[in-house]
Amino acid sequence: MTMAEGDLAVTELHFVRERAIEAKPPPASMTGAVGWVRGNLLSTPFNIALTILTVALLLWVIPALVNFLLVDAVWSGVDRDACRELVQHREIGACWPFVWERLPYFVYGSYPIPERWRVDVFFAMLAIGVVWLLWLEAPRRDIGSAYFFVVVPLCSYFLLHGFPVVGLPVVDTVLWGGVLVTIVVASVGIVVSLPLGILLALGRASKMPTVRLVSTTFIEFVRGVPLITVLFMASVMLPLFVPEQFEPDKLLRALIGIALFASAYMAEVVRAGLQAIPKGQYEGAMAVGLKYWQMMRLIVLPQALKITIPNIVNTYIGLFKDTTLVFIVGIFDLLRTIEVSRIDPKWAAPVTSTTGYAVAAMFYLVFCYAMSRYARAMEARLATGNKR
Amino acid sequence: MSTDHSAEQASARVAFYNDPKVRSIFYQVALVAAVAFLIWGATTNAIDHLRSAHIASGFGFWDTTAGFDISQTLISYSADASTYGRAFWVGLLNTLLVAGLGIVLATIIGFIVGISRLSKNWLLAKVATGYVETIRNIPLLLQLLFWYNAVLKALPAMRESIVIPGGAFLNNRGLFLPEPVFLHGFGAVVVAIVVGIAGAIGFAIWARKRQERSGQQAPVFWVVLALLIGLPLVVLALKGFPINFNYPQAGRFNISGGIEVLPEFAALLFGLSIYTAAFIAEVVRAGILAVSGGQIEAAYSLGLKPAPTLRLIVVPQAMRVIVPPLTNQYLNLIKNSSLAVAIGYPDLVQVFTGTVLNQTGQAIEVVAITMLVYLTISLVTSLLMNIYNRRVALVER
Repeated sequence: MTMAEGDLAVTELHFVRERAIEAKPPPASMTGAVGWVRGNLLSTPFNIALTILTVALLLWVIPALVNFLLVDAVWSGVDRDACRELVQHREIGACWPFVWERLPYFVYGSYPIPERWRVDVFFAMLAIGVVWLLWLEAPRRDIGSAYFFVVVPLCSYFLLHGFPVVGLPVVDTVLWGGVLVTIVVASVGIVVSLPLGILLALGRASKMPTVRLVSTTFIEFVRGVPLITVLFMASVMLPLFVPEQFEPDKLLRALIGIALFASAYMAEVVRAGLQAIPKGQYEGAMAVGLKYWQMMRLIVLPQALKITIPNIVNTYIGLFKDTTLVFIVGIFDLLRTIEVSRIDPKWAAPVTSTTGYAVAAMFYLVFCYAMSRYARAMEARLATGNKR
Repeated sequence: MSTDHSAEQASARVAFYNDPKVRSIFYQVALVAAVAFLIWGATTNAIDHLRSAHIASGFGFWDTTAGFDISQTLISYSADASTYGRAFWVGLLNTLLVAGLGIVLATIIGFIVGISRLSKNWLLAKVATGYVETIRNIPLLLQLLFWYNAVLKALPAMRESIVIPGGAFLNNRGLFLPEPVFLHGFGAVVVAIVVGIAGAIGFAIWARKRQERSGQQAPVFWVVLALLIGLPLVVLALKGFPINFNYPQAGRFNISGGIEVLPEFAALLFGLSIYTAAFIAEVVRAGILAVSGGQIEAAYSLGLKPAPTLRLIVVPQAMRVIVPPLTNQYLNLIKNSSLAVAIGYPDLVQVFTGTVLNQTGQAIEVVAITMLVYLTISLVTSLLMNIYNRRVALVER
């Protein structure tokens, strides 16, 4: 009884909370936009200084960029007068009518106008091949790679250069230009450098000393010199090295130079992949009686290439940017068509150069950024595949 | 006995053309023959071509008078007295100048941007990322043309030069800086600089030895700073500033006196540094991220402050990861300096592979020498960086 009374007394005297109170929301200054700004931008005096500096930098760059590209830009006109401050009496930004008028030249160069549909077909074929190869869920990607590495190169040659028998007149490569040449040079580099790079990498890893020596010498030599000297070699020395009747035309020489250069870099990328394959894979393949090429084709290369895909794409990005160097040996790639147009007296104005360069920058930025995003997505995908 | 028998049987079963050794020898002989055939074909064709074009092969052109002018010369050179060989050295020195300065500048910008990308300041990190993504994805040649044609060539003409306080001029012909003229007594300052450097190195070594022995730390930073900058300044003041400046004088059509920085040089230097810095930033970021967070936490738990943690724990470990790819970036910068030819900066390629090749027609010799020079520069740079790498590399027991 007394026990019960005592208990009762305790429960009466002491207040014991039966459930926890709700957590209070954090102070308003620590949450939401205010809290985020305080935490990320203004946490310490040093951080505040950094933020102020960065904001000042942005205020300097972004308005100038927007003004140039949009606000002060000229949107219509027929010649340089539309884009000259002296004539228009106002701040002049980008000169878009110049780009608009020159756009066909930027894309096709001097390719004859009635034949330009052939270039369009080439672009479309290439786009189909690229999507087929890069989209990993696409059906029959084995046919896709055959299409990309065999059908597209052959068809594009006859399509672009000409095949008089079926009514496609020959278009001399001197007339090719602009985006067409940039894409042709880049895709030849891409298509040739991978197989050649694999061969060189295998040669460098070979057990045969002469094969190793030849591959290593080639790779190290090409990687040790600037691309521009390789292009010079291809354009001035190659004609000396071949009999007169086989003298390659200018574009072909540059293509050879670019392809050899890209192959040496690709070889090193592939070699890194080969080195990452454990020795047991080779030994296992040999133990089940596979010959060298079977072992490479079925066991080693599929694994090695898979882990190097991000690096291969990165090499392709470098190659795509390097195609601009053919400009120096006198080939009309996109950059050179812009360079020629910007000094055209019809459009000569202070803003013309910057406008032209802005267009080129956007072109390369879009392509390279897309490739690098793809490489990163692949990297993430492959990383999860290897996680245990 | 039985093993002998089975070996005999095995060797009897394998035909000689399936023997790996025979095959390997056959492949190698075939490869050597193919390479030899290529070289032989190329050589005979080249000899034919040169004979029909009446070009004398060989290096006889090296001592012939060049007869063309070069806009920037670090060593004495004149069009009518100097030889092609001299022109080669002028071009090579110009390449080394722009590459050396470019490496320093690109490293500074690259480290700042790389560390900024990891900053806790969200805005700064995003801006640094934007810089890297934009610059890396635009071809260097385009950037060089932009700097040269759209920025530097768009500066005001000679007569409306921008006057920079301190006696410098900026216009579309270049940047004109006051040139220091060293008077009598400047030798003492040079001696002070040398003594300062030697003293700084000596003090740093002594301080480290003492710390290893007794654990006592010395104010290395301040002492080194005083020795490197303070000592020369004091001597300069004692000698009564034996230094004069030759200020550029603006004439009507020209600016005389002073040091002239060519717009081609400036465009190439900016372009190369800004472009390579974006790649170095990625290298630095990867290197710092490679140091595991536990290292920093352990340093904090030992009571180290953030700055010493960075200097003593993070940087030495990050450098191990950073140095090899950084070497690659340096080599790329040196090789990319050959793009000077597009904007007319007189580097090796522009002077030698451009003008000299066009004037002499000796394509093979000229291109071969140029390639050899770049190969040598690449090898020397990677050698130096390998030595440094060995110093910072992990020493395992």
